[in-house]
Amino acid sequence: MARMKFLLDAERCIECNACVTACKNEHEVPWGINRRRVVTINDGKPGERSISMACMHCTDAPCAAVCPVSCFYTTADAVVLHDKDLCIGCGYCFYACPFGAPQYPRLGNFGSRGKMDKCTFCAGGPQADNTQAEYIQYGSNRLAEGKLPLCAEMCSTKALLAGDGEIIASIYRERVQRRGYGTGAWGWRTAYRETVAI
Amino acid sequence: MKLRILGLLAALLIGAAAPAIAQTAPRAPSMAEEMEVQALLRGTHIQGRISIPDEKAATLIQPEGREWRAFHNVTLAWVGGIAVLGMLAILTVFRLSKGRIPIEGGRSGRTLLRFNVLERGNHWMVASCFIILGLSGLNLTFGRHILLPIVGPEAFTAISQWGKYAHNFLAFPFTLGLVVMLLIWVKDNIPNARDIAWFKAGGGLIGNEHPQAGRFNGGQKMVFWITVLGGAVVAVSGYLLVFPFFFTGMEGMQLSHIIHSLLSVLMIAAMLAHIYIGSVGMDGAFDAMGTGQVDLNWAKQHHGLWAQEELAKGRTAVQPPGAKASGAD
Repeated sequence: MARMKFLLDAERCIECNACVTACKNEHEVPWGINRRRVVTINDGKPGERSISMACMHCTDAPCAAVCPVSCFYTTADAVVLHDKDLCIGCGYCFYACPFGAPQYPRLGNFGSRGKMDKCTFCAGGPQADNTQAEYIQYGSNRLAEGKLPLCAEMCSTKALLAGDGEIIASIYRERVQRRGYGTGAWGWRTAYRETVAI
Repeated sequence: MKLRILGLLAALLIGAAAPAIAQTAPRAPSMAEEMEVQALLRGTHIQGRISIPDEKAATLIQPEGREWRAFHNVTLAWVGGIAVLGMLAILTVFRLSKGRIPIEGGRSGRTLLRFNVLERGNHWMVASCFIILGLSGLNLTFGRHILLPIVGPEAFTAISQWGKYAHNFLAFPFTLGLVVMLLIWVKDNIPNARDIAWFKAGGGLIGNEHPQAGRFNGGQKMVFWITVLGGAVVAVSGYLLVFPFFFTGMEGMQLSHIIHSLLSVLMIAAMLAHIYIGSVGMDGAFDAMGTGQVDLNWAKQHHGLWAQEELAKGRTAVQPPGAKASGAD
């Protein structure tokens, strides 16, 4: 089985937000929830980079570690998923997550945030694959169809890579060697406790 | 031909030279790696600009989540576990070594009004809220280790969900009760020199001395101030949590949770001692909050100065129908 990861090549990201739109459309994500977002650092200054960020499907995921009802699980592909039928919407995963990935459908006073929603790496949830029940709760399950996450598939500059960690790291490594520069794999140190050695 | 080969070789050498140097030179850390390490060491965010309305989403990476996780999973679990189990162990040892504290000379059959209906009603409102708040709070830290394996995931989620709602809404009567408690009891809970003597004598619990006390002794005053001051801090930090990100940002939410949970487990430990001594630990103590009428001998034993005052007033001592003739006191 593969170890699925995201890798964002900030030299290529043009902040077009197509990944955000693709994700929202593919999974019919409700208004106010962003499973993926594009953050621009050093905006208008030297060293400006745009980084598309979602759940990184961490090794030893902090969300799973702090969840009071243990609703998280890791698939054989190392994708971190959660069971919305068990989630109580306490918000702890959001306090622990380094990437701000967990999202809540409502404003959330008096504990009324609703069930947490986050990127599933287009791998659905605990319901049977590609059923209506799974789609309503988690969105489409592209992995079960043998496809990779749509955000990366749609990326026009191929800045966002999704797939087996070894393969996407080698693609990125080759790019950096060819062009002679790169800002590194964003979030990898935090999520996977490793970086892509060039 | 020879020249062409030489030229090709030269081109190859030049072409190969740049990556060869890059590979042999010590690799400079990438921008991503460097920023992540700096943010982690300094405890700052990697912050940017975002084109969606949710400002929180402009934080690319927040490393403090790591500390909060360590607090929630390790520090809180240990502090809470030691506080609660430690207090239960102390109370068990105390019970086994000293037994139930009896009323000296037995019950006289004559009683004094210790707490009126407002005081008792308010006490039980705060107490019942506290028990549910405490259990639902402990459930968030310990439930998945203790309750989840017993009842299963679905039932545990249902319990935790109801616990969460109860926790959020009972915060209001709890806080109201604390304010009333402060108003009606603060005058009898100002610390004074007698309390120091009371603590020096171990409150009569350790050793056999019997220190004098007014309406509230040193230990009760301590319980009062733990409840009022601790409760105030727990309430304020709790309101910050119940309105997430309304008053504060990520650090504020994490800090509120840390203060709220640490103080809460310590208060739970303190209240276990309070519950013990007010119920099964001491003969005659529960009457104060049960019927409100305490036995005169109990009052003299534990609150001698208060009993004297009340007797001097001479109006609150009630003679129940089956009372013994005077002389019992």
